[in-house]
Amino acid sequence: MQSSRHDFWAGLWGALPFCVVVAPYGIVFGVLAAESGLDILTATAFSMAVIAGAAQFSALSLMQDQAPVLIVIIVGLAVNLRMALYSATLATHLGSAPFWTRAFVAYAILDHSFALADQKFQNEPDMSLSRKLSFYFGATSLVAVIWVVGTGFGAWLGAQIPDWLALDFAMPIAFIALVAPALRSLPHVSAAFTAATLSLLLAPVPYGLGLIISALVALLLGAEMERRMRQTP
Amino acid sequence: MSISTAELWFAIAGLAFGSWLLRFSFLGIIGNAELPKWITRHLRYTLVAVLPGIIAPLVFMPQATDGAFNLPRFLAALVTLLVGVWRGNLLLAIAAGSVTLYSMLNFGF
Repeated sequence: MQSSRHDFWAGLWGALPFCVVVAPYGIVFGVLAAESGLDILTATAFSMAVIAGAAQFSALSLMQDQAPVLIVIIVGLAVNLRMALYSATLATHLGSAPFWTRAFVAYAILDHSFALADQKFQNEPDMSLSRKLSFYFGATSLVAVIWVVGTGFGAWLGAQIPDWLALDFAMPIAFIALVAPALRSLPHVSAAFTAATLSLLLAPVPYGLGLIISALVALLLGAEMERRMRQTP
Repeated sequence: MSISTAELWFAIAGLAFGSWLLRFSFLGIIGNAELPKWITRHLRYTLVAVLPGIIAPLVFMPQATDGAFNLPRFLAALVTLLVGVWRGNLLLAIAAGSVTLYSMLNFGF
């Protein structure tokens, strides 16, 4: 179908900036994995099976700290809890797709692909399901591949990356650029500000729970503000 | 790292399956069902409620400096935010932030 193919490329095009920043992020993960003693194959399989940067970084640092395997898994999943929120949002857009399609949609949920797709589907609610799916897989596929390949490359490079490249900061910059256009209304700005402040205050709370708490509070605040602003025009 | 190969693969398998279950959760259960309005209203705020929580500690307590405040990284984040809000253009915001970071790191400090 012409229109679906067009949507796939539109998704891919929208995700290109993320390809640029996910590559160094994947390489950094590969380098750290290699420094922790993982070989290229294991590091690559790790990224391919989990495809979740934040969770993988926290799991790796816990393994370095000799944490028990069960704690490693629980913490990694706690960091990934936000994916359940993304899943709920995407279900409102893609819920009528067949079971196996939804299973693949789920596998490929990433922060940026969710953000791109959610924005697109909110702006164009009339899109058909097949067009939405094409856009979604365009937005997520190449980035996922680059994450995996980047990890392998980083594991192969090992510790040869110079510090002045400051690869550690590629992801924060990308995430800020991703959120900024969404800060268009007072409730959205308040939610974002609350989430940022609370996560800083709760940073010492272990196992990624601080992030979950701050996200939930920010979510409730934003939605409640929106409701009240609608009632009193 | 003293973790055994078996334990390592167990951790990877557990993280992989658990992450997929989290991602599949609502997509799997809900399927065709319409969500109530109050739920979708909350879900509109997932992105702005989650990402700033991930970003803020990375900006104010960067891993590269072991958590110490770092002016080049802070200013790079600020410029990215301002350009992003002002122009609404992702690539432009990333470019502006990266230029800020590199010029501060390599020429300023």
